[in-house]
Amino acid sequence: MMQKGQSKMSNIQTAMNGARATGYVDVSEAPATGMITLRGDLADAGVQKAVKSVMGAGVPATLAVTDADVGQILWMSPDELMIVCAYDQADQVVADLIAALGETHSMVVNVSDARAVFDLNGSATFEIIAKLAPIDMKSMQAGTVRRTRFAQIPAAFWMTSNDSARIICFRSVAEYMFNQLRNSAQAGFEVGDW
Amino acid sequence: MLLLECPYCGAKCEETELSPGGEAHIKRYGPGSSDQDFEAYLFMRENPKGVHFERWRHVYGCGKWFHAARCTQSLEVFGTYAAQTFEPPQEIKDKISAKRPGWSWRDFS
Repeated sequence: MMQKGQSKMSNIQTAMNGARATGYVDVSEAPATGMITLRGDLADAGVQKAVKSVMGAGVPATLAVTDADVGQILWMSPDELMIVCAYDQADQVVADLIAALGETHSMVVNVSDARAVFDLNGSATFEIIAKLAPIDMKSMQAGTVRRTRFAQIPAAFWMTSNDSARIICFRSVAEYMFNQLRNSAQAGFEVGDW
Repeated sequence: MLLLECPYCGAKCEETELSPGGEAHIKRYGPGSSDQDFEAYLFMRENPKGVHFERWRHVYGCGKWFHAARCTQSLEVFGTYAAQTFEPPQEIKDKISAKRPGWSWRDFS
């Protein structure tokens, strides 16, 4: 039943329509997720204060993920943060951040619809990522984030626990990402390092 | 395989996560410079067997440019440092001197 002010056109569709694959690690596309890019000098006191006041958590340390009141803050580079929150909240968080940043040199953009999000679940999650990204997975742990490549496409991932990870890539390459994760996680393709 | 530590992320990056940016510490000569200087700026490059300085970009990561000091013969990496400098920091030079006494590269030694 459609509610007033809603049309079918506004139904949110994720890139892969919530595709799932079950192998020796479960691969699934996450439901619509709010993603916000904040660019600005993270060492700047104005940026740090604005993030703290809106998010309830400060700027994360290098390559770290911080839990905040409205989601999570991911360190992307010395001048970039990614904020992950509920899809419906994203526009409000962007407005709050822009207001809090004021004249501070910065940029805040809602990029939710430009990205695709995938979840890996299973004790061999580290192995699936190690197959696809040039990362020493022994250096990764829960709460660390890396931007890297998965085979031929750029992506960012962070460990949500010791046996699960979340991966973000551009929406235009979502199918490529899903296919390579599914193929790597096929039963019978275990390497057995983890 | 070449592993370089990005001075901004502190992450050890494998070569394919990076984009090579050619020789480091090249001084730009633009309009008004002599033909010789302009030619040297455009075309003249070092091709050493040994200590070398290069620019790299952490293209799949934080996107930042940085410098690397390494050996073209052994592929040993002496260190990486920020892009915002006209010459290698003393700390990097000391590390090279410890392993390659008497080294020189362009005006540095």
